Amino acid sequence: MSDTAAIVAQCEAMFEDLSFTGVRAWKAAVPGRKVVGFMPFYVPRELIHAAGALPFGILGGGDQLEVIHGDAYYQSYICRIPRSTIELAVTGKLDMVDAMLFPSICDVIRNLSGMWKIMFPKVKARYLDVPQNFRADIGGTFYRGELGELRAMLAELTGKPATDDDLRASIRAYNANRRLVREVYAFRAAEPWKAPSSEVYLVMRAGMVLPVETHSKLLADYLAAAKASDRPKRDNSRIIVSGAFCEQPPLNLIKSIELAGCYIVDDDFMLVNRWEQSDVAEQGDPLAALADSYLRDSADTAAKYEPDQARKGRYLVELVKKRGAEGVIFAAPSFCDPALLERPMLQRVLASHDIPYIAFKYAENSGQMQPIREQAGTFADSIKLWS
Amino acid sequence: MSQKPPAADVVKEPSMLKQKEMIEANYERLSGAKAQGRKVASTFVPGNLNELIMCFDLANNLPEINAIQNGMRKKSGMLIMEAEKRGHSEDVCTYVKADLGMMAKGNLGPNGKPLPEPDVLLLSYTGCFTFMKWFELVREQYKCETLMLHVPYEGEGHATKSMRDYVVKQLKEVVIPGLEKVSGVKFDIDRLRQYLRESAKAEDDFVWVLESAKRRPSPIDAYFGGVYYIGPIFTAFRGTPDATEYYRLLRQEIAARIAQGQGPITPEGDFGQEKYRLVVEGPPNWTSFRDFWKMFHDEGAVVVASTYTKVGGLYDLGFRHDPDHPLESLADYCLGCYTNRNLPSRIDLIEKYVRDYEADGLLINSIKSCNSFSAGQLLVLREIERRTGKPAAFIETDLVDPRYFSAANVKNRLESYLQMIEQKRRGASPRAAA
Ligand code: SF4
Ligand code: SF4
Repeated sequence: MSDTAAIVAQCEAMFEDLSFTGVRAWKAAVPGRKVVGFMPFYVPRELIHAAGALPFGILGGGDQLEVIHGDAYYQSYICRIPRSTIELAVTGKLDMVDAMLFPSICDVIRNLSGMWKIMFPKVKARYLDVPQNFRADIGGTFYRGELGELRAMLAELTGKPATDDDLRASIRAYNANRRLVREVYAFRAAEPWKAPSSEVYLVMRAGMVLPVETHSKLLADYLAAAKASDRPKRDNSRIIVSGAFCEQPPLNLIKSIELAGCYIVDDDFMLVNRWEQSDVAEQGDPLAALADSYLRDSADTAAKYEPDQARKGRYLVELVKKRGAEGVIFAAPSFCDPALLERPMLQRVLASHDIPYIAFKYAENSGQMQPIREQAGTFADSIKLWS
Repeated sequence: MSQKPPAADVVKEPSMLKQKEMIEANYERLSGAKAQGRKVASTFVPGNLNELIMCFDLANNLPEINAIQNGMRKKSGMLIMEAEKRGHSEDVCTYVKADLGMMAKGNLGPNGKPLPEPDVLLLSYTGCFTFMKWFELVREQYKCETLMLHVPYEGEGHATKSMRDYVVKQLKEVVIPGLEKVSGVKFDIDRLRQYLRESAKAEDDFVWVLESAKRRPSPIDAYFGGVYYIGPIFTAFRGTPDATEYYRLLRQEIAARIAQGQGPITPEGDFGQEKYRLVVEGPPNWTSFRDFWKMFHDEGAVVVASTYTKVGGLYDLGFRHDPDHPLESLADYCLGCYTNRNLPSRIDLIEKYVRDYEADGLLINSIKSCNSFSAGQLLVLREIERRTGKPAAFIETDLVDPRYFSAANVKNRLESYLQMIEQKRRGASPRAAA
């Protein structure tokens, strides 16, 4: 068993490596291997895995990447992730990617799918639509069809059509991974001093570049090490971070929130790794199982329609209760339509339950943390004062 | 400078008067709806199901049109600030904020009377994610029935059978039963067929009007004039005999202009000499619409084709509403709206316009509010220049937020662009610009 520091150091190295050496090494290890990149927030990674390819989560360039070319493609009022993603691609950092998936999250990523087709014609780019109708016989049928098309596209890419058995095996691998992810989240909520969010973030982020089996092992190791660790418990406030589901905040922002006296006890970073809230069925038609999970059991987030007004925003209230949180920090990327349009609705639901919140915006390359630290610090103090 | 009669001499053509009457009547219908026991639907322009809404005798309220009306009346700035004061981000679509601000300020329509509360929000989710959040925000206030029609995006550049089946199934099992419940009116497919027959007639004339811009001089301005021409067919009138009549009148007027070799009409009279032919991508700015237009016609620049006039339906590639396949054609209509097409298809369309309309180039009006249009436009610009060899230019404004319209900036950009076109002409043929 390794200690948390060693595991986290390994994850941090992967996080900082914008050449994605690990992904390249995975591909080079066996001739003919394919890498399938995907943007936040959700794609059915099981299909990629079953086709023998590596799902590779691309979450922008962070605060280390200088964006030069990418800015030539975007107006100043568009968020940063599409420009840094283009930067990564035009500077050759994604040249091992054979196909790219663009999930249905917002108009920026949607349009990026078409830009990719034009700018990188050798890479198979596909927009992945997900249903906003949640009836099995309507949205479910449509989504199963979409999954079928994706399966065919991946079969063509890898030359290895995934059988139903392959898919069920992949579902099992991802179920196992999601169980561990949930365990880490639950453990952090229970004993946040032993699993700081700046660490948990890096451990989760490693799942974007590692094969699922390797990542599961890493999660298990981290969990064991964190449980065994002996770190002082502080009198911090317990908060949830909401709105950071696409362009990621800089790691420093997460650290700043913690340094300001907050334990982050839940968040919506990298929702893909806990999109399905419980196990996807491991028997029967695997595509139907994935579609069914999407409809019934997937995470609530701004890019999904909530058909029932009475349930709008309830998930956040329920999460606050489940995690024993004392407040919510809305942290959204600047110019992020889904997060910023959703925010006032969530805030009103929180207010009606007397749950305190604060809000700010960031960019993946935000450098000035002082204002955020002050705002989060004041928030943490006020929670303590009134609790 | 072009020669124009003074503004006072401008005569309103019969089609203009007809449209004015139609719009006023619709606002009266809306403000009187509750007193007359009429139920009200709110819905969006792209992917609107006007024919279906009429089958249930619902009055049709279009929040985007209200925002535009408020923009043109210079009221939107205050409404947007009101919404921002209430916690809406400065970064998001100003149509949404103008609408929410209007609701907060008594929901007065352009006729000065309060608009009714909607009985149903028909959320046709075509071509833009913001629509979904917008109606969630409105629903939060009115707590009324909300019917989602999810129209998948044409990510691969075409609609598939699965997409069409999905939309039709939602129409059959969600939208129609929902509208029956709200209105108490039973759905009659023959009534729908009749409206669709009417729509197709208007669509034929509408396309004729748009394509008249292929002539030299163009008898229409397909952007600044075009936004009036799309009025009936994009809003609460498609499928009505009024709309058919409007397009018949419009076609007659334009035929007469062609016969006399005339260019477009502008708010300040006849256009004068056509010097530049442009294709424009993106919605217009509404708060300074007249000034914006004037910058073009002062320079003799006419817009011969625009993408904005395809946002509520793309008809010039051949699509027509089809009474023989009513629900399927509603699905195809929704799927084919301009911003529901992927970026390569949008570029192909613009390229076709530049060629078919013999344009001098492409001008992009990039709208701060609208990622659906704007994300990717700089690539559109490059591609069009590369493919056509014609110059392209970029201006940035907003829809209804006056804070983002800088007249001096726009004018400068436009003037340098027109100079670029001149240079290009001189390069290609020394006599062309003489
Ligand atoms: S940060 Fe927001 S607006 Fe930008 S690409 Fe992601 S979801 Fe879209
Ligand atoms: S973002 Fe664009 S398409 Fe969407 S509602 Fe606003 S103006 Fe309309």
